[in-house]
Amino acid sequence: MSVPRFWRRRRSLYSLEGSKCAKCGKLYFPSRLRCVECNSYELENYLFSGEGKIVTYSWVYTPPQGFDSSIPYCLAIVELVEGPRLTTQVVGLAEAEIKIGMPVEFSFRKISTEGDEGVITYGFKFRPKGYPNHKK
Amino acid sequence: MKDIAVVGVGNTKIGEWYDYSLRELTDEAIFKAIQSANINPKEIGATFVGSMSSGIFNQQEHISALVGPYSGVNSPALRVESACASGGSALRVAMMAINAGYYDTALVVGVEKMTDLIDIGDVTTALGTASDGEWELGVGATFPALFALMMRAHMHEYGSTLEEFASVAVKNHKNGSMNPDAQFPKAISMEAVMNSRIIADPVRLFDCSPISDGAAAVIVTSKEKAKKYTDDPIYIKGTGAGTDHIALHSRSSLTSLQSTKTAAETAFKMAKISPKDIDFMEVHDCFTIAEVITLEDLGLCDIGKGGKFTLDGETALNSTISVNPSGGLKSKGHPVGATGLYQVIEMFHQLRNEAGKRQVTKNNIGVTQNIGGSGATCVINVFSRSD
Amino acid sequence: MTEKNKTGIIGYGVYIPRFRIKLEEIARIWGQPGDVVSKALGVYEKSVPDMDEDTITISVEASRNALKMSNVNPDDIEAVYVGSESHPYAVKPTATIVAEAIGATPITTAADLEFACKAGTAGIQMCLGMVESNQIKVGLAVGADCSQGRPSDALEYTASAGACALIIGKENVIATIDHTESYTTDTPDFWRREGAHYPSHGGRFTGEPAYFKHVISAAENIMKNTKTTPEDFDYVIFHEPNSKYPLATAKTLGFSKEKVEPSLAVQYIGNTYSASSMIGLAAVLDIAKPDDRILMVSYGSGAGSDAFIYTITNEIEKHRGISPTVQGYIDHKVFLDYALYTKHRGKIRMH
Repeated sequence: MSVPRFWRRRRSLYSLEGSKCAKCGKLYFPSRLRCVECNSYELENYLFSGEGKIVTYSWVYTPPQGFDSSIPYCLAIVELVEGPRLTTQVVGLAEAEIKIGMPVEFSFRKISTEGDEGVITYGFKFRPKGYPNHKK
Repeated sequence: MKDIAVVGVGNTKIGEWYDYSLRELTDEAIFKAIQSANINPKEIGATFVGSMSSGIFNQQEHISALVGPYSGVNSPALRVESACASGGSALRVAMMAINAGYYDTALVVGVEKMTDLIDIGDVTTALGTASDGEWELGVGATFPALFALMMRAHMHEYGSTLEEFASVAVKNHKNGSMNPDAQFPKAISMEAVMNSRIIADPVRLFDCSPISDGAAAVIVTSKEKAKKYTDDPIYIKGTGAGTDHIALHSRSSLTSLQSTKTAAETAFKMAKISPKDIDFMEVHDCFTIAEVITLEDLGLCDIGKGGKFTLDGETALNSTISVNPSGGLKSKGHPVGATGLYQVIEMFHQLRNEAGKRQVTKNNIGVTQNIGGSGATCVINVFSRSD
Repeated sequence: MTEKNKTGIIGYGVYIPRFRIKLEEIARIWGQPGDVVSKALGVYEKSVPDMDEDTITISVEASRNALKMSNVNPDDIEAVYVGSESHPYAVKPTATIVAEAIGATPITTAADLEFACKAGTAGIQMCLGMVESNQIKVGLAVGADCSQGRPSDALEYTASAGACALIIGKENVIATIDHTESYTTDTPDFWRREGAHYPSHGGRFTGEPAYFKHVISAAENIMKNTKTTPEDFDYVIFHEPNSKYPLATAKTLGFSKEKVEPSLAVQYIGNTYSASSMIGLAAVLDIAKPDDRILMVSYGSGAGSDAFIYTITNEIEKHRGISPTVQGYIDHKVFLDYALYTKHRGKIRMH
């Protein structure tokens, strides 16, 4: 991803920071400037807890350019406990271990790189909740 | 809303055409359409070009100016883009322009020349721009992966099986084997589909439509002027479109497309039909799951049962409802921006009883459904031979 | 060098990637007897980062764990130092990404440190100075590495990946930093030139004139200056390039085996370089009791040792069970063969 594009969104990428409308309370991930529910511009930073669950997933064998992940990597839609959904990779588990409904938590990983000399984009991926003690 | 008529069509065979450039493909389609309509190019009031990604695939934007004049059509031109629904959307814009009285007759051409990008990672990335670039493509989501997320959700919610999805590919290849313009006119077996290479689990290679080059063109005019160009025009009785959030994770359902439902409601109301009136359809089977969901969204079968409906043979050629008699995107090919117009051309041939071995015999009402991205856009048109 | 005061550790966190490779698997490739190699080093397996992990990602994970335990407001963190010899960028700091990720920006100072395996502990000293002098309320010192071993070289057996983050402050201290002093000389026992892919080292020269000289001297000096002896300490931690060196050092200085063993995470995770002595410290903090006294001596090639004396406070019990322990990370593992290991470590030429 180009530098300004991910830099602009670094807090959403790095720590799951979104927005909360001060007027109507609606939560957004990623952050945005205007509430489409009540049209207010008074949106505050809101740090999501990082907890969520798997809604659906797929193990991807043909990545787009710049993705360092192991092939296959797990792509999923995660629903955060606070409500919003996002698309993300799931790490820290083997293919047989993932299940729809499984609780997951935020994990900080490399997302993509632009070749050997370009910038590295870091951000969120999700892993089993309670990692590394999630199997206990 | 005035009825619009399709009075001429032309297209290239779909395939990997390394020898031909984008403009050479469109020239073949445009000239064939002009001949088909027996129209003087000077009578074409406007040109609408549908293409998703000539900028990335071919380093070429502004193709509205490239395509028409190269083929001797110098009318005012516009490019229309809505990912894989670009072709269907370009047709809609032409219809609106004619209805509004700006032009009498329009040329609508769709094209995609994908094989200029030879690295599969680059192609995957280019196609990925139809998703949310920052929050889907940007985190590693590819198109096969997004449809795989839907397929898995569908299997989890409804218990649909891999055989059911595979039967979509089998049927479409059977139909496509009778289509001389198809990229892969070869029947395939259920085993071949279910054992093909995994692309994004559970989507396998043969669940996916191919990378293709192709161009398709149609000439459209108002009902009143149609007979000037052909004795046997076909008419668009209803049209509709729907737009939903671009990202799958922003939508209310992972197993149903609101955009399809909205488009269908508008189109069917305009055409005064209900789903049971539809005799045959060309739907957007970019992935087998897409065809399954479409059957459910259009009310042709129970929710969650689209796969079973197909496996049971209800959508085979000349059964309950013939779906994708052309072979669909799967067998015929999917030159992204052109696909919506290849669907219209199939309507043209089917309604005029020119479809040869794959002719649908009961062919009063035909419907095209063209999807953009992972379902954020849908364009539906209803066709009939009777005005 | 310093007097006893209330500045200390207010939170700590570690992160160790889940992949492992057994030393005998590496030995198999190079035609060496695996059990002999393992026994000689006192190391059985080492940690390997995932394809999308690097020094920056593991630093963030360790820092997040430390933050969770300390319950500190990230706005109060006004210094972030990350010590490593495998920073992903040669130019562009790891520390700013860590600072951004934990919410410490923009009112903070940040810098990356390099001093072989003691870059992390240098950061502790810098935070200590800033907090002691009341220039800042809270500082974060991280030691982290995803270290590279030259194929077939002795160090390939132990070069591994791990991170440890310490949050330093004055309120709700769980372990006071009573004293720190260092012993530094110019001794080139292990180095890597700019642009070189793998480090070089002096073989047996890395032993007596390097590791042992600096660690033992720093330990002896700090005990002399604080009038303490091995009997005054409940635990001792030395930099862990393998488990033999710290055990030998403990013996030389007169510490019983039992005092050093709890810190020897190296046996199951290898040498995490800049995180090594700090993860050893974390392993001890996971089990230590109020009033326990700890001596810790790091070592960085080039060469130097930072020595610290800590005293555990009553506060520590309140902070247990919040973040994963060292043992928790050690126990969660997936083994790789040498082929997958080379893929993970980027040793396969892709371009």
